[in-house]
Amino acid sequence: MNSGSVPPLSPERWLEEHGDALYRYALTHLRDEHKAEEAVQETLVAALQARERFSGEASVRTWLVGILKHKVMDVFRHESREVALEEADEVAAEEDGEEDSFAPDGHWSARLADWGDPMRALENAQFLVLLQRCLEGLPPRLARLFWLREVMEEDTEDICKELAITPTNLWTMLHRGRLGLRQCLDKSWVGSGVKTAARER
Amino acid sequence: MLTCKDASHLLSERQERPLGFRERWGLRVHLWLCANCRKFERQLDLMRKALSTLGRRAKAESQGVDLTPEARERIRKALAERGGHED
Repeated sequence: MNSGSVPPLSPERWLEEHGDALYRYALTHLRDEHKAEEAVQETLVAALQARERFSGEASVRTWLVGILKHKVMDVFRHESREVALEEADEVAAEEDGEEDSFAPDGHWSARLADWGDPMRALENAQFLVLLQRCLEGLPPRLARLFWLREVMEEDTEDICKELAITPTNLWTMLHRGRLGLRQCLDKSWVGSGVKTAARER
Repeated sequence: MLTCKDASHLLSERQERPLGFRERWGLRVHLWLCANCRKFERQLDLMRKALSTLGRRAKAESQGVDLTPEARERIRKALAERGGHED
């Protein structure tokens, strides 16, 4: 039935059949309706312009989602560049997170809280609400990387390639993000905060 | 001897890459001695699971969301204007 490698030239139909699915993908990754719509639009325009490169091996949906992934990463890349303008502040905030967590001698600066039974925490809606709030409180670049890697579970390799950072770079940022989240959850989940610099050694 | 800072790095990176023999051994000894780092290990595990739950939930919630008719119209217009020629 499919006579050649060129998909039927019908962007109207792509929009009709795949528009919602593309939009949902964009929305979960970008968490902004306007940016998501723009990403879908850019994807369809790019697809139309590059239609002769469609191999016909994958489905149209897979092909379009592949393009959309790049468009989504473009948004992140673009935002990273904007962040770079205030980079000094941003990087300082990211590093602070790590410095705060440890005393100069490398010990934890405060006793870590016990979060209780993990299964119960996971089933507790409040824990997830707090987690989300703590995530939003991270420095913006960390928050975005975290969302991509830990929440959307995108490949490390893809993220590094698209954002032009090394894996070591990414891991360091993720680690800082985890320390920041952890600290935030210690305060908000356990409620009482952490008082003294106790060393359990 | 690893500091807690070193150990926390290794615990975090263990989620991203397999650790080497020396790293694994150093971490094991440190964890044996350090209750704070054992807590951090459990917290990491819980955070990872919870973040993944957030992701599944975000994806599930998006299933009910469609492009609005207005958005469709805007995209349709853009396709008509820009789709035909290379930029």
